[in-house]
Amino acid sequence: MAAGWETVIGLETHVQLRTKSKMFCGCSTAFGAPPNTQVCPVCLGLPGALPVPNGAAIRLAVRGALSLGCTVHPKSIFARKNYFYPDLPKGYQISQHDQPLATNGTLSFVSPERGIVNATIVRLHVEEDAGKSIHDRFPKATAVDLNRSGVPLIEIVGGSARVPTDAQAAARVHRHLRLRHGEGQSARRRQRVGAAGGCHGPQHAD
Amino acid sequence: MSDAKAVADRLVKSKRLNALLTPSKELRSALTAQAAAARPTGVLYGMPVAVKDNICTLEFTTTCGSRILEGYRSPYEATAVTKLKAAGALIAGKTNCDEFAMGSSTEHSAYGRVVHPLDKTRVPGGSSGGSAALVGAGALPAALGSETGGSVRQPASFCGVVGIKPTYGRVSRYGLVAFGSSLDQIGVLGRSVHDAARVLSVISGRDPRDATCEDRDPLRLPTVPESLQGFVIGLPREYFPAELDPAVRRACDRAVRLLRDLGAAVREVSLPHTAYAVPTYYVIAPAEASSNLARYDGVRYGPRFDGHADLRGLYRATRGQGFGAEVRRRILVGTYVLSAGFYDAYYRRAQQMRALIAQDFRNVFDRGVDLLFTPTTPSPAFKAGEKLSDPIAMYMSDIFTVTANLAGVPAISLPIGRVKGLPIGGQLIGQAFLEDEMLEAAYALERVVPATDEA
Repeated sequence: MAAGWETVIGLETHVQLRTKSKMFCGCSTAFGAPPNTQVCPVCLGLPGALPVPNGAAIRLAVRGALSLGCTVHPKSIFARKNYFYPDLPKGYQISQHDQPLATNGTLSFVSPERGIVNATIVRLHVEEDAGKSIHDRFPKATAVDLNRSGVPLIEIVGGSARVPTDAQAAARVHRHLRLRHGEGQSARRRQRVGAAGGCHGPQHAD
Repeated sequence: MSDAKAVADRLVKSKRLNALLTPSKELRSALTAQAAAARPTGVLYGMPVAVKDNICTLEFTTTCGSRILEGYRSPYEATAVTKLKAAGALIAGKTNCDEFAMGSSTEHSAYGRVVHPLDKTRVPGGSSGGSAALVGAGALPAALGSETGGSVRQPASFCGVVGIKPTYGRVSRYGLVAFGSSLDQIGVLGRSVHDAARVLSVISGRDPRDATCEDRDPLRLPTVPESLQGFVIGLPREYFPAELDPAVRRACDRAVRLLRDLGAAVREVSLPHTAYAVPTYYVIAPAEASSNLARYDGVRYGPRFDGHADLRGLYRATRGQGFGAEVRRRILVGTYVLSAGFYDAYYRRAQQMRALIAQDFRNVFDRGVDLLFTPTTPSPAFKAGEKLSDPIAMYMSDIFTVTANLAGVPAISLPIGRVKGLPIGGQLIGQAFLEDEMLEAAYALERVVPATDEA
């Protein structure tokens, strides 16, 4: 790496909350059903349909936030993230922006190089998943499965790590995060790791 | 109960108004089927109620007056419609409206303009113009409309009927196609205060499918009061500007005398931020519309327009050809005011101004005023085409009505006189969730006001 550059890696981990029904409607979240069978006017984004928040999902998200030592805010706000895509039926994702559910947590783990590291959790917010675009099923066409549309997620935004191995370790810990509900089922989780390289001034330790 | 055939005959006779979008044959068979199924115990048993075309129904298509939803049939119905049916009402077809409820004249419908029931050269107002025209023509006792910024009261005023906009949160919006979500409410147009009020009572109340609908029992209807002794009615001076149409002023003066005669104390008040209401509204409503209308992309339902080589092309063709000029204008304005760099200058400032406008109302109501009385519109129904090329002039016809939407308070328009045969509406604005007080005053005024006399 050229002088004056350092690698900065930020993790955004999406964890599916193991609820019976979706974030804003009563549809099942069970995985593996035939395409577009677990849908209703709300998660299809049909004209006139309205979201009603799932209390169980909020409770699980609060539990996740507390387990990461976050401050859970008594008031948080859902906001629309607008973008056009065929698997986003409303043309926006309901997420949290200005006022997330929780902020300021810590995730402690053992780094192979540096021992115990206390990684920062910047924020944790609740959002709904999009549907799934399937590009390889039909020639010259994309299929859309909206069974996943509206499934509840939390997004955990970590602070930036300056050492790749720390980020790897943190990612492993994120992946092992379990949010239990009911009969001790483990949370299904999907992780999207966002990494960014950036130019920074003088290096300083985390 | 009224006979389904007679109901259909009356509606079909009003065809020249272009107020009903439902084809006659379909209307007849739907009415016959509903009449056979209606429960005789319902409080609206046999009452035909037409429904604005931006409210989802199972029996009829729901197009919102737009090409982009041409032929669209909702697989579910609005809670308000379910409640009407449960009360024994007959859903008497879908009424024409400005596209996605954006307009004040019902000239912005993809299915042609609606004609004023008393003067075919004029507009019925909008956006619930089809509902207002049908009730005004005597084809129906009541119809559902919707308001984002005066879209029930302004056409009610133009067509000489009663229009009620309930408190934000009084009526479920599940199944009302969203335009400006922080403003939208289903409202009612009726031949009389009572006809409108009893429909409102039926559709009001909690709904687990709408988180913004308050957890309250349905509205209880007041009785017609003997007098208005004890009522304090405020006249906001900003609603009686020097340039107010002289006939509208005369009709209001007469109504105010009658309110005094009924025993009400009338005093002048001020809502100092009124002048900012229309510009505030025309930032907030388009901003919300630009997000709410993003879903119409030709991917899942509605027509898909030709000429798409790729996804972007599909969006462009469908949204470019599917939406009319006024809807496109508002989507562009809304996207602009929400975009990074302009958000603070427009949307945030509009939100701040909205808070001041709402505070104006609270200040007046906190000082002992129960209700406000104002003209509903600055002038009677205007000519078709008159304001089409001047959107600002069109927007200004909502100047006295948008404030109640921004503040979330209930309001009613009722006929208080005529000028050269054209109806004039007077407006009573009430306090949040005190529709009963507002209706009491409206009942009393309606009984004494010479609504069809020249002012």
